[in-house]
Amino acid sequence: MAKTLFQKVWEAHTVRKLPNGQTQLFIGTHLIHEVTSPQAFGMLRDLGLKVKYPQRTFATVDHIVPTNELKEPYSDPIAQEMIEALRKNTKDFGIRFFDTNTGTQGIVHMVGPEQGITQPGTTIACGDSHTATHGAFGAIAFGIGTTQVRDVLATQTLALSPLKVRRIEVNGQLAPGVYAKDVILHIIRVLGVNGGIGYAYEYAGSTFDGFSLEERMTVCNMSIEGGARCGYVNPDQKTFDYIKGKPYAPKAAGWDAAVARWQSFASDPGCAYDDVVKFDAAAIRPTVTWGITPGQAVFIDEKMPALETLNAADRATAEDAYKHMKLSPDTPIKGTKVDVCFLGSCTNGRISDLREAAKYLKGRKVSPTVKAIVVPGSQLTAIQAVHEGLDKVFTEAGFEWRGAGCSMCLAMNPDKLVGDQLCASSSNRNFKGRQGSQTGRTVLMSPIMVIAAAITGQVADAREVFKV
Amino acid sequence: MSLAKVTQVKGLALAVPGDDIDTDRIIPARFLRCVTFDDLGQHAFRDERTGPDGKESNHPMNSPQAARIAAAKQGVMVVGFNFGCGSSREHAPQSIWRFGFTALVGGSFAEIFFGNSTTLGVPCVTLSKDDLADCDAFVRAHPDVEVTVDVEKLVVTAGAKSWKASIAASARDGLVHGKWDPIADLLDGASAVDQTAGSLAYVVGK
Repeated sequence: MAKTLFQKVWEAHTVRKLPNGQTQLFIGTHLIHEVTSPQAFGMLRDLGLKVKYPQRTFATVDHIVPTNELKEPYSDPIAQEMIEALRKNTKDFGIRFFDTNTGTQGIVHMVGPEQGITQPGTTIACGDSHTATHGAFGAIAFGIGTTQVRDVLATQTLALSPLKVRRIEVNGQLAPGVYAKDVILHIIRVLGVNGGIGYAYEYAGSTFDGFSLEERMTVCNMSIEGGARCGYVNPDQKTFDYIKGKPYAPKAAGWDAAVARWQSFASDPGCAYDDVVKFDAAAIRPTVTWGITPGQAVFIDEKMPALETLNAADRATAEDAYKHMKLSPDTPIKGTKVDVCFLGSCTNGRISDLREAAKYLKGRKVSPTVKAIVVPGSQLTAIQAVHEGLDKVFTEAGFEWRGAGCSMCLAMNPDKLVGDQLCASSSNRNFKGRQGSQTGRTVLMSPIMVIAAAITGQVADAREVFKV
Repeated sequence: MSLAKVTQVKGLALAVPGDDIDTDRIIPARFLRCVTFDDLGQHAFRDERTGPDGKESNHPMNSPQAARIAAAKQGVMVVGFNFGCGSSREHAPQSIWRFGFTALVGGSFAEIFFGNSTTLGVPCVTLSKDDLADCDAFVRAHPDVEVTVDVEKLVVTAGAKSWKASIAASARDGLVHGKWDPIADLLDGASAVDQTAGSLAYVVGK
């Protein structure tokens, strides 16, 4: 019978049926970070349990690390306590830790792919909702809570129920100035922030075939913003080429067998899906959010919705959003004044994002009214960017070049908005207060749109600013 | 490990309105700077409850009703649709539970939030849209009437009112049989886990 990748991976990793009807699912690879793991290690100790397969868990530190203060102890004593707790826990239980002094630290969803730990046909869990990022490689990857982190540490399994699979097909060529970020913001706008509840999203079609692995990661990353716990792209030659030669990739002797195995997990032609949705890539335009959920978005050349065009439920959220954002219904978002620009995050903090941004920034200046920071997602990305001279392009234009981490995506470190500053951000969430100020405002967009905003000091159409 | 059977949760109820209430709103990220969950109860909905001027807002979590629930350490939160969306932080249900809520009634719940709550023994049941509106209106009008969330019979009752409730079968099963924390079952499968691990040709460890 023809099967989806999701079904094949699920079946291969099924240990047994649990008494409550759920599946005990084997988790091949477990990623941890400093925020959602300390309590799990605490529970482990309370219960007198060990880590069952320490070599299957990989740790890094990303959420709390300062990006402009690399020396320890950090000025935030709690951040220092958290990084030290992770050092102790990984040491006590024999877990590999990509620490800040290794040159390999970074956002957990960048470290996995960079190290070749993220592989097709695997199950990957992490106490972080953006774990679906790894689905770009054809893995079934999803976020879990802290008690579940304990479960994986102690048993290498989770109690789960299978998901339905929705195939999201995007076909055709994106217009100049339109990127993977616009594709996923558009998908969420159309299907809704809760449209994916109960589903895994399989992204497919000629647009995805043409995407690089980094573009696929941008899309898979935001699956949870559409309510889908997990999203993936079937593995292909690009996937294998990306993994080849990475530190944890299979070595020469085992390479061909690994590729054959990985290929066997791809969805079969003619397999049945629970739902299929199709999009025309050519119809997607640069997309920005105007509200407080990632689904509240418009094309940059559209007006924000008039309240009377919305249904009752959406209207209540929209009213709340307009009030928080200090924006008016039925007016253009283009031209809205921007105070801060943030380029980074597990959505758009990879080398291809920095290259594309630098390409348009080169020779231009950040508006004097804007504070702009660029935060490479990982130390390896930062090293590569410096090697290519990208850091100079950013600093000469007026951006602050920072160390690696999650930074202002969720502002658990000192990078925060102040008051009601409006931030043009390449990150993934525009929730109220997300960027560290209760009254702060976030407008999500692609990296090139962040650059356009930085130069003009306002929400701008990059296609016009850069004549693309 | 023996766990309480969660067949029925009874207590005063508080309506916390709105759809798409994300986990950043339930527990802002700055309170995730901690290595235990112990102190989270007091920070539930912190930025909704305290304005930028430091003054208390009129958010329901600041009401005398909320204080009664916090004192009783049991109560029912009535919420909207897609509650708990966003981040996977278990800190969100931990903060609600540690504040004093022992069950949630809503239109729908984000999956990770739902799972995290169930693992704490906190049922999240859903009502139809119309029933939820009726339940919400009732608890606002009758703050002194206790609400019962019957996980076994799948019904929410308050006074003479009753509404048909739903919850994932596996969660219901775990709650009513006192097996809402799956760790014991998962540990039981250890030898089967070794078999599965052996059957999968993973390349791990350098």
